[in-house]
Amino acid sequence: MTEKIGKGAWVEIHNIVLQPGERAPQVPDDTARVPLEMGVKGFLAEPAAVGEEAEIVTAAGRRLRGRLSAVNPPYRHGFGPPVPELLLIGQELRRLLAEREPRDES
Amino acid sequence: MKADSYQAIMAQRNEIMRQSVGIDYQKYATGVLAFDYEGLMADTGYDIDRIRDVQRRTAVGATPLVELRNLTRLARLLSPPGHGARIFVKDEAANPSGSFKDRRASLSIHEARQRGYPGVIAATSGNYGAAIASQAAKAGLRCIIVQEAFDSRGIAQPEIAEKTRACEAYGAEVIRLSVGPELFYVFLKLLKETGYFNASLYTPYSVQGIETLGYELARQLFEQELVFPDAVVVTHAGGGNVTGTARGLIEAGAIHSRIIAASVDLSGLHMASDRDFNRKSFTTGHTGFSLPFTTWPDRADVPRNAARALRYLDRFVTVTQGEVFYITQALAELEGLERGPAGNTSLAAAFVIAQALREEQIVVVQETEYTGAGKHPIAQLNLARRMGIEIRRGDPKAGKPGQSIVIPESPEQLAVAEVDLMRVRRSYLHNALQSLQKPDTLTAADFAFLAAETRLDPTTVQEMIDELIGQTG
Repeated sequence: MTEKIGKGAWVEIHNIVLQPGERAPQVPDDTARVPLEMGVKGFLAEPAAVGEEAEIVTAAGRRLRGRLSAVNPPYRHGFGPPVPELLLIGQELRRLLAEREPRDES
Repeated sequence: MKADSYQAIMAQRNEIMRQSVGIDYQKYATGVLAFDYEGLMADTGYDIDRIRDVQRRTAVGATPLVELRNLTRLARLLSPPGHGARIFVKDEAANPSGSFKDRRASLSIHEARQRGYPGVIAATSGNYGAAIASQAAKAGLRCIIVQEAFDSRGIAQPEIAEKTRACEAYGAEVIRLSVGPELFYVFLKLLKETGYFNASLYTPYSVQGIETLGYELARQLFEQELVFPDAVVVTHAGGGNVTGTARGLIEAGAIHSRIIAASVDLSGLHMASDRDFNRKSFTTGHTGFSLPFTTWPDRADVPRNAARALRYLDRFVTVTQGEVFYITQALAELEGLERGPAGNTSLAAAFVIAQALREEQIVVVQETEYTGAGKHPIAQLNLARRMGIEIRRGDPKAGKPGQSIVIPESPEQLAVAEVDLMRVRRSYLHNALQSLQKPDTLTAADFAFLAAETRLDPTTVQEMIDELIGQTG
């Protein structure tokens, strides 16, 4: 894929900040084995293809360079399916309150 | 060594800090360890009326104090006769960006603007980022938020993903990093490159911004009930929430209200571990922050942390992840308030604490936070399942952070675990000694400082230090 993305597109770039050998001395082994990665979004400053080096202008107006990793990346977080372990809590508590007369109705 | 290498930037940290916060912390030193904490706070020039004025102009604060009548009734079903204190909550979700963090941000941004900084930077993965971005938007300042956002497999913590979205919605640049404490290096490098203000969570401004929370809740309760709270339960992480709230309560005259910190127990999980990162269902309000910060506040991103929780704590408890999810569901279904989850840590604790207090007493939970996509028990539990964590109903104390989350089957299973404050104090003193070149250089001013820091008398401090030196020397 060498299709160029046009200037002005909202994109994300990706950079390696520190390689595994450059990690801080205090990090645990599992973290030391992997690089410190960075993702930042912004407007593409010049046409570039995904996977290539690109320059962006961020929301704060800074020019940053990195590998073009995504074009208009979606927000993927959400809720997912309802969790069965939470579904009955409300019913159970309402039943408890109805069955047992509280001493004080303040 | 490259000019922007890890070592080069870390070596410049003090100078970068001084430029970016505009406070000469050195001048507050009064001993080897000691510094003039109240002087540092007073020199900001903000008193409670001025802080309230700044916050009023940005629609921060003046949040409702809501009585949780159904949760109180439920607590009374489980209490000994005559017991079961009334539970109130300060609905901080009503702030502009949805949490009490707007209070911290409002004063920081006001200060950055007064001092003529062109923009602000904050290193935060939580609500504070959204708060800074929101306040910066209103003030017309550029804003960069640095987050620890995803693990090496590219899996984002859903709550942090939501904060990314919120910060971007407010027009901030968001730097998303993978797991690791070197976030601090990226943060310092950015401060150096941009000349922006360091909107740290731990400056005097950030902590003073919370004083209005304690002040307001004391005044609101007094107006409604003609009493001050018997206990105020505070979700505890970096210490700012405890410190600011307690100072505000004192300012309002509520000097007898017990300050109780509550954290989610995440013992056994390593905060800098790439593997453990997405095995936590809470990104704040947990022991991974509260224990290290209570036992040594000056590990923060400023030379002297204005959040010094141990000076104010009367009691410190922990609850489990499963208990907080349970009370979050109860708050939604019994009180019609869908909030949290992390902000409900103090509610889970308060529900238990109320049962041991008398009926005429009042316990105030001092915050809620907004909820939504990613920032929700459902999102967290679905991620936990994906990470192989067992989720079931049962005795919540059987849960093991990172391995299982046990959601109570009934409300009497909620309990608090006490954190021994004497152990915390000893640990603080141990850390204080560790920070010294030579322990025998401590002055009288240092002993007085350590006494204030730990709420012990100087003689006890001296004895504990002698004992600690004896152990190591």
